[in-house]
Order: sequence, then C-alpha cells, then structure tokens
Amino acid sequence: MTAVDVVTPVDTSVPTGLGAPVARLEGRDKVTGAARYTYEHTPDGVLYGWIAQSTVTTGTITGSNRDEVLAMPGVQDVITHEQAPHLEDAEDGELLVLQSAAVAYRGQPVALVVADTFDTAREAASALTFDYDVGPGDVVLGTDHPSLYAPETVNAGFETDTSQGDVDAAMADSSVTIDETYETAALFNSPMEPHATVATWVDGELDVLDSNQGTSGVATTLATLFSLDPSAVRVRAEHVGGGFGSKGSARPVVVLASIGAMRTGRPVKVAYTRQMMFAIAGYRTPTISRVRLAADSEGHLSALSHEAYSHSSTLQEFTEQTAEPTRHLWAAPSRLMTHRLARLDVPTPRWMRAPGEAPGVYAVESAMDELASKLDLDPVELRVRNEPEVDPHTGQPFSSRHLVDCLRRGAELFGWEGRDPRQGVRRVGRWLVGTGVAAATYPASVMPAGARVTALPGGRFEVGVNATDIGQGARTVMAQIAASELGVPLDLVDLHIADSRLPTAGVAGGSSGTASWGWAVTKASRQVTELLAQGQPVPPEGLEVVVDIAEDIATMSDHSRFAYGAQFVEARVDLDSGEIVVPRMVGVFAAGRIMNARTARSQFAGGMTMGLSMALHEHGMLDPTQGDYGNHDFATYHVAANADVGSIEVEWLDEEDPHLAPMGGKGIGEIGNVGAAAAVANAVAHATGIRVRDLPIQPDKLLAELPTRY
Amino acid sequence: MKTFEYERATDVASAVAILDRTPNAKALAGGTNLVDLMKLGVERPDLLVDVSRLDFGGVDELPDGGLRIGAGVRNSDLAAHPLVRTRYPALTRALVSAASGQLRNQATTGGNLLQRTRCTYFMDTTKPCNKREPGTGCGAIAGLSRELGILGVNDLCIATHPGDMAVALAALDAVVVFETVDGEQRLPVDEFFREPGDDPTRDTNLPSGALITAVELPALPVATNSTYRKARDRRSYAFALGSVAAALSVDDAGLVTDVRIALGAASPVPWRARKAEDALVGSPATPASFAAAAQLELAAATTTEQNAFKVALLTRLVVGVLSELAGLDHEADDTGEGVDPSPFRPTGANGGHRHVAADVEPATAADTEAGSDTEGSAA
Repeated sequence: MTAVDVVTPVDTSVPTGLGAPVARLEGRDKVTGAARYTYEHTPDGVLYGWIAQSTVTTGTITGSNRDEVLAMPGVQDVITHEQAPHLEDAEDGELLVLQSAAVAYRGQPVALVVADTFDTAREAASALTFDYDVGPGDVVLGTDHPSLYAPETVNAGFETDTSQGDVDAAMADSSVTIDETYETAALFNSPMEPHATVATWVDGELDVLDSNQGTSGVATTLATLFSLDPSAVRVRAEHVGGGFGSKGSARPVVVLASIGAMRTGRPVKVAYTRQMMFAIAGYRTPTISRVRLAADSEGHLSALSHEAYSHSSTLQEFTEQTAEPTRHLWAAPSRLMTHRLARLDVPTPRWMRAPGEAPGVYAVESAMDELASKLDLDPVELRVRNEPEVDPHTGQPFSSRHLVDCLRRGAELFGWEGRDPRQGVRRVGRWLVGTGVAAATYPASVMPAGARVTALPGGRFEVGVNATDIGQGARTVMAQIAASELGVPLDLVDLHIADSRLPTAGVAGGSSGTASWGWAVTKASRQVTELLAQGQPVPPEGLEVVVDIAEDIATMSDHSRFAYGAQFVEARVDLDSGEIVVPRMVGVFAAGRIMNARTARSQFAGGMTMGLSMALHEHGMLDPTQGDYGNHDFATYHVAANADVGSIEVEWLDEEDPHLAPMGGKGIGEIGNVGAAAAVANAVAHATGIRVRDLPIQPDKLLAELPTRY
Repeated sequence: MKTFEYERATDVASAVAILDRTPNAKALAGGTNLVDLMKLGVERPDLLVDVSRLDFGGVDELPDGGLRIGAGVRNSDLAAHPLVRTRYPALTRALVSAASGQLRNQATTGGNLLQRTRCTYFMDTTKPCNKREPGTGCGAIAGLSRELGILGVNDLCIATHPGDMAVALAALDAVVVFETVDGEQRLPVDEFFREPGDDPTRDTNLPSGALITAVELPALPVATNSTYRKARDRRSYAFALGSVAAALSVDDAGLVTDVRIALGAASPVPWRARKAEDALVGSPATPASFAAAAQLELAAATTTEQNAFKVALLTRLVVGVLSELAGLDHEADDTGEGVDPSPFRPTGANGGHRHVAADVEPATAADTEAGSDTEGSAA
C-alpha cells in the first residue's frame, strides 16, 4: 500500500494555479467510497480490539472477571493494567494507558479486549467487569476551586500571566467600565470519522494506519512510549475524516491498538465509538473569563484585562490559552491577562479548533459589545477607535493588519450602516430581531517541515511532504503549490503525503499546516527547478532534492503575525419559546494570500458554522454525580444541523504580506471559527435586551426575561 | 452485541402467535429505535419478529369521516397524506418536526408509539436507571434532568416520552388498535401510555405479546384548525424541550367552543391537558385566558433545578399555539407582515439590507414543503 497515489484525472480546462478554485483531488474517490479511511483497512489475520472504560469517577481496580471473558469463544486477549507492557512517558499522561490500577476519570481505558470479530470484541468488552475501591469525584470547575494554580506556561508555550500598567487604577479612574464574567461549555471536536487505528507488529517493527492530523508526531510518540528506535515505527494517515484538533497528537486508541498487536502478534484494529469520543479523544475545556474594560467617554480603552479559568485532568496539564488572543487584539495602556487551571477528576482536554481564541475572543468581544452599548457608540466604531499601531503586547510591528478593513467591508456587505442601536425593540411576527458584530484574530504561524521533490524522467515530478489531509484540502493545495513552483500542470505532479517515512513535518493544526508544508515544497521545488535549469541530467531513478525549513524559519523578520476577520450576524428569537435562529452571517477575512478559493471558502464558512454551533447548540453536559459528559452521542450533543444555518456569506481581502512564508498565506483553518460566537451572542442581546454570558445560549436561559404575549 | 434469533412474520396472526409464546421477543418494524438500543445493550431480545413486510393497510377514510392508519405507514407518508394535512394538520406538523428526513422515511406509525425514552441514563448501561434496571435508582433526578419530565413523574422515574407524533395523536383523541391471541383490542392513546407508578419499566399498557396494527383518528371537526409546535435546542434532529399539539374553535363572540391540548416532552406520557381544556371551554379566546389555563394544568408540575424552565416554556407555547389558532397573531409589528413569517425570510427590519450568498442558500419555505426539517410557517 502506498501512502497516496493521485489517480483522479485532472480537468485541465479549469485554472489550476495557486489561488484557483481547484476541486479536491480525492473528492471523487471520497464521494464514491473508493477512498478508504483507517478502519476500512482489513489486513489478513486482523483482530478486532474493543476498549473497556472505567465506570467510576476515581478509584482503584481491585479485581475483574478477566478469566471469564478470556474464556469466551473468539476472545483472543484481554489486556488490563496487569498484562500491558510498560510504557515510557511521552509527555502526555493520557497516553500512559493500562499502566496502573488507578482510575483518574470516568471513561478512562481500563482494558483492551481483542477478539476474532467486531461483534465478539464488543460483547466481550461489555461482559468485562471490574471491582473498584471507589474514590471521591471532584469534577466541577469554579473560580474559587481550591486546586486552581498558575501553570508555568499555557498551551502552545504562551505566557501564563502578563501585566502592563495598572488595571485596577484605570478601572477606578474611568467613567465607563465593564467587569463581567463569560463562560463557555465543554465542547467536543466531533469529527465525522471517529479515531481509529490498524496496528501491525512484525519483526520488531510497528506499522500503524491511524486517523490523525500529523504522522511524524504520532510516530515519535509511539517510539518513545514503546522504547523503539524511531526507524522501527511507521505511521500513515491516508484519508482522515476530520479532526478539529482532536487528532493533533497520538490518542489512547493508537497506543492500545499497538499493545494489542504486540501481544497477539497479529494486526489489531480499534476504533472509538461516538460515545468514547466524549471521554478519550480530547475536547475543549469549559472556560470562565472575567473581562474588565475601562474607557473614556469617546470609547478609547485605558484598561483591558482578561482573567481565564479552565480545567484539566489529573493525568495531564493542559491549559487553554484563553486570554492569549486578548493580549494582541486591542490597544490599552493598562493590561492584565492571567490563566488559572484546576486539575479535576475529568477526561483530559486537548486542542479543539482555535484553542484559546474560540472561547477567549467570545469573552472579550462580548465585553466590547457591552461597552459599546454603555457608551452609546456603534460597536464597529468602538473597535476602530481601539486599533493598535503595533502589537500592544510585544511592541512588534504587525506583518500586516487589516482588521479595520474587514470591519468596514463586512459592515458594507451586511448592511450595517444605520443600524438601530436599541435593544429588544424590533419584532417580526413572533420573532425579535437583532444584529451583532465581533472581531476575529488568529496567529499566523509556521512550524519546521521537510519536503522531497524528485524530477522524474519524462517530465513528471514526485512530491513527498508529510502533510495530512483532514478534509481541508491539504493534498490539493500542496499539489497546486508544487505545480506552480515547478511550472507544470497539476497532473504532472504525483503527491505523497501523510506518511511518517516522509521528511518530518508538523501537524495539520494551529492554522500552520499549509504555510509550513508549503514552504518546504516551495523550497524543494525551486531547487529542483534551478538544477534542471542548470542542465542537470535526470537519472533513471530521478533527480531528488530534500529540504528542511527550520533555518529559514529562524531567520524570519521580527514581526507580529496574525490573520484577522470581522463577523456579522443577524439573530431572531422566538417570543413563544426562546429559540434562536440565525438567518444570516457575513464573514470578511484578511489572511494573506488565499491558495485555493474553493477549499478556503469551505474553511471559512465551516468555521463560522462551528462558531454558530458553539454559541447556540454545543453543550457538553458534565454529570456532577457520575463525573462524565452524559450527552455523549449526536442525538444529545447538538452540533448545528443544516436547518440551523441560513445564509453564510464569505469574503476575503486581497492581502499581500511580504513577511510570511514565501507563498504569502497566513493560515485559515481556525480564523472563521473565531469571533462568530461573540457576534451571535451580541446579536441575541441586540434582539432581546438580554445578555446571556454563558454559552450555549439555549431557550431556558432567555425565558425568564423574555417578554410574554400575555 | 448479544446473539439473537430473527424470524420474518408471514401474517399478523402468526406474528402475534410467535410474540405471545416467546417471552423475550420484540417486533421489528422500522428499527429506528430498537436497533440503536440493541447496539447500546439496552434492549437485549432473544428473538426479533420482523413485521416490516406485513400489510397493515395504508391511510384509509372511515365511514364516519375519521381515518384508519395502518401500523406500517411510514412517518413521511403519513405526514404527506392529503387527508391528514387537511383534517389533522397538527399530526402532519408533529411528524415533520420529528427526527430527520431519513428517520421519518424509515420509522412506522406503530413503532413510533413504542419508542423508548432518550433519557441519557436509560441509554447508558453503566448508569443507574429504574426503567432499564429496576432498583438501581434514578440517576437523572440529581444528575442531568434538563430535558426530562415534570408531569406524571415520581421519585422512581422522570423520563419523557420522546415522540412528537403521539402528542398530536393524544390531542386528536386517537385510538390504538392492536392484535392479541385473544383477538383485536383498542385503547385510546390517553390510556395506551402509562405513567411510571411503581413500575417504570413499562411505558405502555399494550399487553405482552400484542402487535399494534393500526391507529384510528375519529372524525373531529375542531382538528381542521389544529397545529403542533416544538421547542428544541436545534431546528432539526433534536428531541423537544417542550411541545404543544392543539386544536381550537372559537365562536363569533370570541368564546372557546372546543379545544384539544396535549403537551410533549413534559411527562412519561404524551400529556393530554384536560384541566386546561375544561377551563377554556366557554372562556374568551385571549392570551390571558390561554395562559391561565396552561398555568392551571402545570400547577401540578414537579420540577428539578434544571427542568423548572419547562413550566414557563410550555405556558408560552400553549399561549402561542392557541393564539395562532385563534387568529390573534395578526397584531402589528415592525413590518406589518403579521403572522409568523419564517425566521429565515429576509426583511429590512435591522435597518439594513440583505445579500444572498452565492454558494450557501438559506432555508426556504420550499425546503419545508419538500419535507426538510424546518417547521417554518409553510408546513
């Protein structure tokens, strides 16, 4: 099996250059079922693994009926902490599966059952029971939780606490202030394809097919966990049905499947059920944000403060960088941003699309809207007045910042001018109507990446880059970048991605994938082009160039780099039920050069939909008595449905930024998601006069204050 | 999954005979709920008797002007039937507000009545639930109860009947017809469903081994002016937070002459609001009297902190639905458009104007009529 062979014929009648709306190269394979996802691979002799999960919040395993289950027909192995091999720490406590009798949260893996068939494995796992010495459970986050502490750094290595000036003094001196607390619910990534692994262990080599967002990182982690030479581990992720961050690093599934293969000597495949996705895939922690704003009567901020609270499990520190985006967003001389973390007996949170920005910008952009109301100032104008000249946190110049242009263009597209600022007064039939706006920001990052480009005899090129296509279109865009640099049509480029045997590269995450992988592809393509231009002969095995961009990244200029956007929303609230409908959203983004107009539009619109879903629907409901997220399926964990989405209009500015990776893009995976929830919340407040400060805004949060018809 | 036997019934009599003599057998029709529950280990039948190919008849007019609906009629077909749409619009609206298009195409009339609660404790075999496993306790009362019942509940169980169709049937005085080894029997929907009492495991009074063959709707003039409204956390594929099926007639003096009200997501049974009905007959058809009647009905509510909002929600829905049926929705608003336009319909009410996206079209009334999930105003 090769990593990827692009076999789809390319329609050469449409433009295929960088920026052109090229359809996904594997699109036809996906819609016809020819593209196979991880769990659809069934090697000869494969066995089926099923994960058994703890049924207590905390405790210690004291016994089990393992022998009984092992004796069931078709059961090949039952692996508990007593049978599992020792694992070395790979800097993620969540991955140290089956290492002790201790249970850290409800739903934690306590065994892997391996059987001849899928159904036998499932039935055997449900028959497997454990005796526990049950411990207490402490699962509810609060700003006064005794375990709160300041971690050394927060996610992605950002600073925990930062302070400039004197926020308290500015608050005391200012005529207009906001001091409010905003909360977001636990959110679950919910990709269509649950995590899955097919692991094969032959002659001391571990070969896994795994649904993840970056095979290099997963391979390194597996080598560490199992004390293997990195060359003895291969990870491939040919097609991935979404991840939204939850597949950004190795998850327990790949470790468990590998253990199963090592113990049985046969290939073992394991998938999460949808229910398991709510315990062992990672999720966005609930967040609590206290936001303080102080302004003069003209709306110029004198203080901006964001104190963020979140939780993690007792297994692994993970601190959502909720207040980090606020550091860079608006000018204000006095600034205080802090993060506090509580370690609870809960499943371990992890990355979810726009970690930090999604909940953080919701909070600060809600507060900005409240400030605009208090000042009787248009919310767009308030933001324009607080536009910083340099990054207010670092003092660095911006590589480019067109946030005001996004706001102005969005206002024009939306029809914002002349907006009635009064709240709770517009009514159409039984619906109250309102509009809202919010800014969006997300860092433009690059990560080290390698790439290999080979000129083949006959004019074809082979490109190897360890990108992962999680549905965002990475395969297509990498081909466009290579073809564009090599100066050849797309169909002369054979692309190999998503294989840890390729030059090492980072994840499809942090909106950095395209910039990072694309830079490496650009560099290698340029070198090959140069060699060919110099008249280098192409040997039968091809003329190969392998590059790495680590040094190039190190020499990047000293700039603050962010993508920006403006979100505009109309919301309607049903007086009879408190139900909220969003008939239209407009998003305008400035994200550098857009590489593929079609896939980019999907990214932006998808992000906006996810923000809508965060604002109104998604609500991981922690069961305080059981310690788990009780609504763990798609019938009860509500992701926005088609019927919830009205008109979504997306536009981007033609932004040229010379301080980025050579293709000139800032990354667009997350920016569409940022600010959308705040714009919805602001529109609901405008419609009803009711400010709900904890997401999601569901009918029951509006009913008490909503006017009645009787 | 536990191993089970499968048998395809050849006719109703043999299906009933098999069901009657096999203690742990289940009839399989659309399978939209039963199969899910089997995968979760909640239902563990020894035998599935497939009745999906049996001819239970379609939708037929009865001599008195009522309708007989065969148990195998799919939800989509029932919703679209012209006689249902014109004589019992509440039933059509309840059906199209349920589940998703795919599920409505699969689910049957008989099976729909027998769907189990979606209480998360019932659905999770690792948790306490008196309905699934008597004596284990109710996890929901102190746990996650936001979506659960407030009427007809007790300390053993606060589950809700999850369906929409049955709420409309309860309001419309429908009768469930079923076959037993002793012959055909009938129960009004009101008596078909049962409150948990001391045995929450039993959702209905359908005798063991019986097979639903039809639902009958009586001739009911008031039903031509009926509707169903469902409040939920998203606009498709979500169970109700609260719902109301109602039918209303008002005389020239503005007094209520006939009224039917049933509440959904309020109780283990589709809750026929007879106290409210009795209070309304002869009363003026005004929002104030609608609200008073709803409050009278809901005075008996037993709530938790999480589901206490349902009292206000159901009151508002009753007022909204009855006001709509009384023709009171033509009150002035900003646009002068009056009644209940689709929330997705463009207006200039925000002081601006609207651009329709080139690539993402908004939901429209046409979608609704084609059977999409939005109730909209055109259903």
